[in-house]
Amino acid sequence: MKLAVCINHVPDTETKVKIGPDGKSIDRAGVNFVLNPYDEFAIEECLRLKEKKGGEVIAISLGTDAHKETLRKALAMGVDKAVLLKDDSVRDSFSVAQALADCLKGLGPDVVFFGKQSVDSDDAAVGLMVAEMLGMPSVSVVVKLEVADGTAIAEREIEGGRERVRTTLPAVFTAQKGLNEPRYPSLKGIMAAKSKPIEEKQALAAQPKVEVLSMKKPPAKSAGKIVGTDASAAAELVRLLHEEAKVI
Amino acid sequence: MKVLVFAEQRDKILKKPALEAVRTARMIADQSGGTVTALVIGHGVSAVAGTLAGYGASEVRVMDHEKMAAYSCTAYGKCIAEVAKQVQATVVLMAATAMGKDLAPRVAVKLEAGLAADCTAIKADAATVVATRPVYAGKALLEIALTSALKVITLRPNVFSAGESSGSTVVPQKVELTLADADFASVVEGVSASAGTLDVSEADIIVSGGRGMRGPEHFHLIENLASALGGAVGASRAVVDAGWRPHEEQVGQTGKTVSPSLYIAVGISGAIQHLAGMSSSKYIVAINKDKDAPIFQVADYGIVGDAFEVLPALTSEIKKLLGT
Repeated sequence: MKLAVCINHVPDTETKVKIGPDGKSIDRAGVNFVLNPYDEFAIEECLRLKEKKGGEVIAISLGTDAHKETLRKALAMGVDKAVLLKDDSVRDSFSVAQALADCLKGLGPDVVFFGKQSVDSDDAAVGLMVAEMLGMPSVSVVVKLEVADGTAIAEREIEGGRERVRTTLPAVFTAQKGLNEPRYPSLKGIMAAKSKPIEEKQALAAQPKVEVLSMKKPPAKSAGKIVGTDASAAAELVRLLHEEAKVI
Repeated sequence: MKVLVFAEQRDKILKKPALEAVRTARMIADQSGGTVTALVIGHGVSAVAGTLAGYGASEVRVMDHEKMAAYSCTAYGKCIAEVAKQVQATVVLMAATAMGKDLAPRVAVKLEAGLAADCTAIKADAATVVATRPVYAGKALLEIALTSALKVITLRPNVFSAGESSGSTVVPQKVELTLADADFASVVEGVSASAGTLDVSEADIIVSGGRGMRGPEHFHLIENLASALGGAVGASRAVVDAGWRPHEEQVGQTGKTVSPSLYIAVGISGAIQHLAGMSSSKYIVAINKDKDAPIFQVADYGIVGDAFEVLPALTSEIKKLLGT
């Protein structure tokens, strides 16, 4: 079984976002970049599928040389091959998907995995766009997956419950937290990853359909009223919520 | 601009975010000069679809077919894109719900359209659409222009107003579309509800607990308050990672981003990734023993005190007020 996982290199979730000098993106100075958290679940699921069904796992990342660090982490977790689609252009989700779909077309995967979203742009769109571009069905926000010959049953999270989805393969899946418990790279894995090659390819040129006009910080909230310091404040708090805020 | 709005129904009930989307479609049509076509997909949904006229739809179309009773991203995606072509829509709008987020990227590719996902504000004129969308879980706001001929937009639930229905209804037009078996490559076979709980992403009131609750055995205090308020239970990443609560309840950058009317954070210090996910709530209450906890910086009201004493008192006051 050929398994592909598309991964991203993003600011870690503890990052305090500062707006960059262009006014359209974040200031990257001093920011710690990591493997996108949801992509860890995607990689883990591919590794488990390979352990059950055999085959190989290929990790793909679109970006600058900095993304090699994230590809190395994937290799250290146990991914067989890594591909860097070299790119430093400004892209929207559509043009990211085009470059990834172009690369995946040549690989002929049975299963393509993504994290359910990148925690930078939060579009939650690229994986599903790739599915459409490749003419594949998809299941997004997957928390459980069983793969058989030519089909899969996936559970996806929806508001207040789960949907059980049957899909034909090949298909695209996007991973939600809870799908599995991602492994830590072993020392042996980390050492092995250092010697595994990262294949570099030029990404398909970007043709974005969305233009960023500006990036701003949301209006700052100011600290409010301390109503009290023990249970006796409960009545006053309820009065404020009812009469002042009018939310109950 | 001609706007096509996909109005999601589940169990033949139009979801509130769907009504918000129809109302916003009307606003875009009014700002840019145009009409609104609402599309409902399902089985036995014609009557409920007709009520969308009351929220601003100029006309309503239905894809009413037994095979469409169960959600299929492939079949629904094809249907929305085909209807967009039939009505020559410039803008395709839907709510950024689990279903809308699943469909919009597919529809955007079929229509070669740019996508603005999970937007919190829209401005339109005859030629352009500019959308505001939170990125980095709300730590920053991006203003984007959709430069493609067709534009697909999803709207964050609970942000845009649905308003009241004017009461008007129309007879929906049937969508002419032939679907083959291959169009149902991915299809829902069953839906299971989480045990009678309200989801944080849909709730108007959320009571969230953090590490300050000291253990999963104390979360009944959170549940009691949530239930007295008719709200949902949320959780911080720390308690989800510790296995105290299911990940569906997690609020924050690797959980759900929420904007309820009232968010009550109990025993949550306010890590930056948590604040990112909830600071757009309309009113925030913090209950924490540590007066220096960052959560107080974003709270409208705070009680610096022991959650184990404050929660029962608060629950009983709420019950007194609401009679719940």
